Amino acid sequence: MRHLLSAGDLTRDEAVLVLDTAAELARISGRSVKKFPTLRGRTVVNLFYEDSTRTRTSFELAAKRMSADVINFSAKGSSVSKGESLKDTALTLQAMGADGVVIRHGSAGSAHRLAGWVDGAVLNAGDGTHEHPTQALLDVYTMRERMGRVDGLRVAIVGDILHSRVARSNVLLLHTLGAEVTLVAPPTLMPVSVPTWPCAVSYDLDEVLPKSDVVMMLRVQAERMKDAFFPTAREYSRRYGLDRDRFARLQDGAIVMHPGPMVRGMEISAEVADSARSTVNEQVTNGVSVRMAVLYLLLGGSGSAIGNQGD
Amino acid sequence: MHKTLEAESAYLIRGARIAGGDPGDILIRDGVIADIGTGLTADDAEPVDAEGLIALPGLVDLHTHLREPGREDAETVASGARAAAMGGYTAVHAMANTDPVADTAGVVEQVWRLGRESGHCDVQPVGAVTRGLDGRHLAELGAMADSVARVRVFSDDGMCVSDALLMRRALEYVKAFDGVVAQHAQEPRLTEGAQMNEGVVSDRLGLTGWPAVAEEAIIARDCLLTEHVGSRLHVCHVSTKGSVQILRWAKGRGCDVTAEVTPHHLLLTDELAETYDPIYKVNPPLRTAEDVHALREGLADGTIDCVATDHAPHPIEAKEAEWANAAMGMVGLETALSVVQHTMVDTGMLDWAGVADRMSIAPARIGRLTGHGRPIAVGEPANVTLYDAGAKRDIDPAAMASKSRNTPYQGMRVPGRVVATFLRGAPTVLKGKIQ
Amino acid sequence: MCAKKVSDSDEGVGAPPGRGDLRPTRAVLEGSEIDRALTRIAHEVLERTKGGEDVTLLGIPTRGVPLARRLAERIERVEDRHIPWGSLDITMYRDDLRMAPARALGRTEIPAEGIDGRVVILVDDVLFSGRSVRAALDALNDLGRPRAVQLAILVDRGHRRLPIRADYVGKNLPTSLRENVAVLLDELDGRDAVLIGPARPRPGEEDHR
Repeated sequence: MRHLLSAGDLTRDEAVLVLDTAAELARISGRSVKKFPTLRGRTVVNLFYEDSTRTRTSFELAAKRMSADVINFSAKGSSVSKGESLKDTALTLQAMGADGVVIRHGSAGSAHRLAGWVDGAVLNAGDGTHEHPTQALLDVYTMRERMGRVDGLRVAIVGDILHSRVARSNVLLLHTLGAEVTLVAPPTLMPVSVPTWPCAVSYDLDEVLPKSDVVMMLRVQAERMKDAFFPTAREYSRRYGLDRDRFARLQDGAIVMHPGPMVRGMEISAEVADSARSTVNEQVTNGVSVRMAVLYLLLGGSGSAIGNQGD
Repeated sequence: MHKTLEAESAYLIRGARIAGGDPGDILIRDGVIADIGTGLTADDAEPVDAEGLIALPGLVDLHTHLREPGREDAETVASGARAAAMGGYTAVHAMANTDPVADTAGVVEQVWRLGRESGHCDVQPVGAVTRGLDGRHLAELGAMADSVARVRVFSDDGMCVSDALLMRRALEYVKAFDGVVAQHAQEPRLTEGAQMNEGVVSDRLGLTGWPAVAEEAIIARDCLLTEHVGSRLHVCHVSTKGSVQILRWAKGRGCDVTAEVTPHHLLLTDELAETYDPIYKVNPPLRTAEDVHALREGLADGTIDCVATDHAPHPIEAKEAEWANAAMGMVGLETALSVVQHTMVDTGMLDWAGVADRMSIAPARIGRLTGHGRPIAVGEPANVTLYDAGAKRDIDPAAMASKSRNTPYQGMRVPGRVVATFLRGAPTVLKGKIQ
Repeated sequence: MCAKKVSDSDEGVGAPPGRGDLRPTRAVLEGSEIDRALTRIAHEVLERTKGGEDVTLLGIPTRGVPLARRLAERIERVEDRHIPWGSLDITMYRDDLRMAPARALGRTEIPAEGIDGRVVILVDDVLFSGRSVRAALDALNDLGRPRAVQLAILVDRGHRRLPIRADYVGKNLPTSLRENVAVLLDELDGRDAVLIGPARPRPGEEDHR
């Protein structure tokens, strides 16, 4: 069985297949019957160790639109909160005959571990500060819809790169698809080995903004200042926040993205978040189509058409 | 199982190459080496065919976690001693981070007695530097030194004595009984939540990084402190290239510092974390190939004095978890000599006399053990390990004597096999089987 | 990467020579015959639908789609009325999905008139077991409620496994199960032809044999 654990698992052709499939699904989502019979009789488990209504609902809707049976298994109020190990939970899901497991977990690599314990396909819905491949897919999908292409697109990713699974997945996927990525953050929020990543790095948002087609703002938690990643939220916002003045210096046609949840007034100002150039709500809508596509390609056939060859 | 400490019979080891030298016979009687030569005969002695085997002085480990008292599900003194014997060891230093902590004369004497009762290996307790490893209050170091266990090595291993003033005091205080402080060099603030070596791999995997500087800064500080107070420092499980460079510099200045390296740091690198299998999660973390190379060079040129296993048994469930929630550590007693052969001898960096020094003589000297780490010579205690360097074996965790299975070498083919271990003339291992 | 970008529209259609198969094949229909067959079908549609009233043509990807477009053009030429045409992908409705890795989706393009109350004519290149048509009927059902559904096919090669028949047939072509029928169309393949050649196994083909 194959899995989607990292955005880096996808070849260029596979990534394009996911995007094309999602685009076709989105085109016909306006029809009267929104459900496809494709995953009838297949069971998808949403295994969520972190609260994330947004992502869980998106996956749930996607699986249901494909006619899969969906089981939500959240950490609260289940055996997980009674100290059951991830492995025992995995074996339980295995015994229930789960065909696919969507896992969100606070620890990097938990999706990899799970893939070793279950026969079903494992779909990483965010593991610690590691990766969130479907978020990157929906981000890239949104860019392609808005800009008409991904190849050669200049994308700035701004914020807490160090702790961001969204940034990691996006760097990998955008690189695969030929975009030029620049990461922008204070040096404290940049991984030490970032010069080895397939992207450019800058500490100066004002220098990067006018040269960007896409500006992706990442959430920055104010608590980070307790660990001295930056002195104050105000200083962070002043140097790296996307406010009205900076917004005015964007190129014509440039878009502003945010994976949510946003901290308005911190990394993004309210008027920027609500502007016509902001794709925040489109990203949510596109998330369902992209996840339908991924579920279809992982579970629709005899074996997966995309992703990581597990054991 | 209770064993008498002195051998009741004599053994004639035939054709062994002492520390890799020319073949000869070794006659063991009454717990000591009675004769060495060629063509020896002794009617009362049981012959041991050692054709082609290497005879080493019984190995000494400065760094072993035996888990008793407290975590007897992972290891006991008795099971750990058997694992040690199977690895060719005749003495191990049991680390203090048990539950309760070995920070009083009572606890160290208990561990010492359990070792004597096991009969498979001498167990020399290490005393904690601070009470309950709290890093703030000195434990009764003198009482442990004066106890029947005669503790000479003190360590908060697992925790770093990060308070510079407390470290200074500990270094000064142990001078009164020729003790040594074995420091676990890990600057705590730089390693909060750290999961693996900080670098390319940690950044890719999204696991919190453990920078080399967190180890190196403490080693540099402690070397300067040691020099200042004229004491003796031992650095546990050195893992980085920078640490080797600092130790070389400190020794050049005349600082009385010794250091150890683990077998796994001589072989494994952080790229193994790509599997997210916490069998590779260890403290200090696996580093890069460049570090591994520097550690081998340091061990070869004597900058690093000895090999210590940091044998750290854990129950299965502690490793069958997400990386961040899994325990740190690897078992190592039963694979150490093979890994040292593979990384140091087979690469031409160390000869067998060098192995005898790094794995027996030097650690015994650092730990001030009188009856161990002695040359194989007439009149010396008969602590002898017979090793077949030409053998190959596949590591099977289930076949290990340790109670735990957390070896990173599972399924690997490694060179060499311990054929026999003699502790004061009594075989604890014979023909590769525990006695 | 296992999904095929080119998904053959009907069962039993192997890859034609133009797509890499060098085994002996022969043409059973040439371009001019295909042309005549389509013209005849266009006239039959006009007869049976009162001059094409309320007719919508939906081609089943891949080769049903250009056929639907050609039919629509021919009907319009005769009757001088607008005939809406589009495409209906059946991939997600196929009953053999689980027999191969998931395939790339084809395009579904429903004309602005929609399908409710319309006479929908499904258009495909080859009719074989009938499974594709069944899938198309299911797909149609999720899109709306046509007044009637009819089926136009370029080649009927027989061997039906379901109670399905075509309303309009370009050519009946008796075949053995050891043979493959492949339709080439100018829009996709650079020429028009219907080829027949030795079959080669495809995943999910078992119950067609």
